[in-house]
Amino acid sequence: MRIGVVTFPGSLDDRDAARAVRECGGEAVPLWHGDADLVGVDAVILPGGFSYGDYLRCGAIARFAPVMEALVPAAQGGLPVLGICNGFQVLTESHLLPGALIRNDHRKFNCVDQRLVVENASTAWTSDFEAGQEITIVLKNGEGGYVADERTLDELEGDGRVVFRYVPDAQGRNPNGSYRHIAGITNERGNVVGLMPHPEHAVEEGYGPSLDGRGFFTSIIKQTLESAATA
Amino acid sequence: MGSIVVDVMLKPEILDPQGQAVGGALPRLGFSGFTDVRQGKRFVLSVDGDVTDEHLAAAREAAEKLLSNPVIEDVVSVHVLDEGSADDAGSESPESPESPEGHGAGEAEGDAQ
Repeated sequence: MRIGVVTFPGSLDDRDAARAVRECGGEAVPLWHGDADLVGVDAVILPGGFSYGDYLRCGAIARFAPVMEALVPAAQGGLPVLGICNGFQVLTESHLLPGALIRNDHRKFNCVDQRLVVENASTAWTSDFEAGQEITIVLKNGEGGYVADERTLDELEGDGRVVFRYVPDAQGRNPNGSYRHIAGITNERGNVVGLMPHPEHAVEEGYGPSLDGRGFFTSIIKQTLESAATA
Repeated sequence: MGSIVVDVMLKPEILDPQGQAVGGALPRLGFSGFTDVRQGKRFVLSVDGDVTDEHLAAAREAAEKLLSNPVIEDVVSVHVLDEGSADDAGSESPESPESPEGHGAGEAEGDAQ
């Protein structure tokens, strides 16, 4: 079970993501942005951070990195890909996922333990959760407001492709102004998942608000082992 | 050397927190007559020689593919930079080679502290 973790210039959480993979029983394989080669990994994580300094738009320049030339067709072909925070932004800029992430509506950087509801527990990255389950993981972003046009939002909801929603506060607000409280979505096939919060910061006792992040990594490890067994 | 200007704006229906922040600061400076501020991006793409139709076509493609995200932004203009116009002339004027205020000496004093 080999999970690639891409490092772009400005990636921040690639080490934490790799550590989370190892903590949950997988092998983490470093992938370099400049190499258009996925070295046969079973899944890929695009980590959080500030690739290319967030210049132009978050994720916009990373989207054209050589590694993405290999990743985009592989993801379209069914390779499981998880984009966390900046990785989610890269996935929307790559058009692997619809919509876009814009600056938080309150203009402040968030750094909070955030409650989420898992709405879709059948993706490659969420099968170890139950639909409707509430989890708490770290959210830290300045540009995490999820936006898309009404038709796209209706489609995502109609097709069950909203994977995570923020639990709104008492005023009915979510932490970054995301439309319809959307925290994470998936593609039609369910192999590509992007979310703003950080599961890799909630996998170890004593660090982070919970161990709820483990489910992301155990889900993909289990699925890959199962598909290898049936192949 | 010719240049092409590409202007990109957030779509009207997309929230612009940066524009709001600027809009909120204006009244504090006494500029109270502006009801809204939207902030955009301007790119200046330079080429060797004069701008050709191919350059313009390439600039339009780059504008759609990289310089803007069509999900949230509109390319509002792709045009040849007019060197004679007032706003463009400012950026073209070379800086004076001589510093009239003797900055060098002042900086050296500052470093000595």
